[in-house]
Amino acid sequence: MLSAEERQEIEAEFAHYPNKEAVCIDAMKIVQRRRGWVSDESLRDIAALLGMSADQLDSVATFYNLIYRKPVGRNVILVCDSVSCWITGYDRLRERLMSVLGIKMGETTPDGRFTLLPIVCLGACDHAPVMMVNNDLHHDVDPGKVEAVLDRYK
Amino acid sequence: MEKVLTKNIRPDLSYVDVQAYESSGGYEGLRKALAMAPGAVTEEVKKSNLRGRGGAGFPTGMKWTFVPMGPDAPSPKYLVANADEMEPGTFKDRLLMEGDPHQLVEGLIVAAYAIQASTAYIFIRGEYFLSEERLRRAIAEAEEKHYLGKNILGSGYNLEMVVHMSGGRYMCGEETGLLNALEGKRANPRTKPPFPQVSGLFGKPTIVQNVETLSNLPHILRNGIEWFKSLSLSVDAGTKIYGVSGKVKRPGLWELPMGTTVREILEEHAGGMQDGLKFRGLLPGGASTDFLVEEHLDVKMDFTEVQKAGSRLGTGTMIVLDDRTCPVGMVRNLEHFFAQESCGWCTPCWSGLSWAEKALEAIEEGKGNAVDLDHLEYICKLCAPGNTFCALAPGAVEPLQSALKYFRADFERHVADKRCPWNHQA
Ligand SMILES: Cc1cc2nc3c(=O)[nH]c(=O)nc-3n(C[C@H](O)[C@H](O)[C@H](O)COP(=O)(O)O)c2cc1C
Ligand code: SF4
Ligand code: FES
Repeated sequence: MLSAEERQEIEAEFAHYPNKEAVCIDAMKIVQRRRGWVSDESLRDIAALLGMSADQLDSVATFYNLIYRKPVGRNVILVCDSVSCWITGYDRLRERLMSVLGIKMGETTPDGRFTLLPIVCLGACDHAPVMMVNNDLHHDVDPGKVEAVLDRYK
Repeated sequence: MEKVLTKNIRPDLSYVDVQAYESSGGYEGLRKALAMAPGAVTEEVKKSNLRGRGGAGFPTGMKWTFVPMGPDAPSPKYLVANADEMEPGTFKDRLLMEGDPHQLVEGLIVAAYAIQASTAYIFIRGEYFLSEERLRRAIAEAEEKHYLGKNILGSGYNLEMVVHMSGGRYMCGEETGLLNALEGKRANPRTKPPFPQVSGLFGKPTIVQNVETLSNLPHILRNGIEWFKSLSLSVDAGTKIYGVSGKVKRPGLWELPMGTTVREILEEHAGGMQDGLKFRGLLPGGASTDFLVEEHLDVKMDFTEVQKAGSRLGTGTMIVLDDRTCPVGMVRNLEHFFAQESCGWCTPCWSGLSWAEKALEAIEEGKGNAVDLDHLEYICKLCAPGNTFCALAPGAVEPLQSALKYFRADFERHVADKRCPWNHQA
């Protein structure tokens, strides 16, 4: 079930669009912000609130890379794998992150602390290589020092 | 040289509030616009020669003339700021939104007034949290000052401004894909005609404009078209935010006269190549533009001259290839991006680009053969403009076709030696 708070926040978006369906991406993000991901149950609840079928909403959810349809860790690391970061050391950064965390790209650490995902260009190419942890952008990342960065996220 | 778009942006990138913005002439352009008839604003922008900064370079004022006007025009009408910025190697719109958000807000109000839109959406890529925060703050300040809302500055004109954060996909930046995304759908593109100017968002007349394009409008209104043209060194008016990334000494962004040469940007502003590295080529305007090489260093970075040199100005943010980076590896990285971001609508794109990625992977890993090069050429032809639904596929093959032309010997060496001479991945 959606919480009263989630429902309120979603309904507040209705005022800005001529129909309810248009807020479906916002709605999924609102739920994901609180729960980390969009479960089948959440998907059904959101769809019902917006007057959509769950399948229709899922077709939208699966198109977008910032909507998670699988559980993620408490912290999500997005590593830029696009061209300027590739030129300046993405491969080393990725290898280092995988070995420090003991997981591959797309996986979550067994303690649920981190999920490691690739992302396209984060618009900070003059400070490559770049990654995000949750809402924080980290640039000019030195692969040798990623542990210190990750230490800040519990 | 006179700074226009970046004059308010502080070195520490701290927030420029409405008072600071006003004290440097902010919202004067809007006052001038509101004193004119909407059609006169469009005419002014048309005469200024402003061309879209989102990649395609379409004349901005001309686009607005396609919007139905007058009492019988469909209503409501919409304006959308395209702040998706997912083109690899592009990082200019983020600076404008973080560094001077009121400039974008004012530009949006001017454009919305010209086409008489009642809602303006700012479609921001989902990872740009600081841009979101600053634009929401600027919008709230503008509402308080009656630059937004009902009866703006007593003119009788009403406008609501809404921030929308993207779910994330490169196709959201494509004009009609963006409209579908805003409607809560998958960001597949739409058939044209009808053009969005006539039937766009929710079936209503809509204009989509890049952040940098919109940010120019307050200045054009305030200082006039002759001034705007005089900023440039070429036929295309205004200044341009140029960027350089890759292994140069000082990667970054600079606002310079439109038509500044590649050489000046690369050598004077970006400081040239890092010590010990040689220049091999660059993509002048983001991932989906053709390579330029040594012989093109004196080309002026404007829409007209870069096109003559066989590429596109695109977003004006260059990605530099050095001699210690493998061109095959670089193109493989690019095609991985495009194949992944293809929306799956048309076959040359979703199928062709994933084949291209596979062939490049094979070549890079020493498993390629000469036929793979022919195959890559063939895919470039299949994805040529006109064969696909949107411009993603034609853009995707621009770096590939030009790499095959300028770096052919490197591709052939991978095939002949059965390994990558740079040994990046192997
Ligand atoms: C795949 C694809 C992605 C695009 N992404 C963007 C983008 O992120 N930002 C942008 O302004 N234009 C982008 N464009 C160009 C838009 O379709 C459109 O031309 C532009 O927003 C129009 O604004 P302008 O005339 O002010 O440049 C993209 C085009 C394609 C084909
Ligand atoms: S060219 Fe590619 S991205 Fe564009 S519509 Fe076709 S499949 Fe989709
Ligand atoms: S390529 Fe990584 S931030 Fe642009």
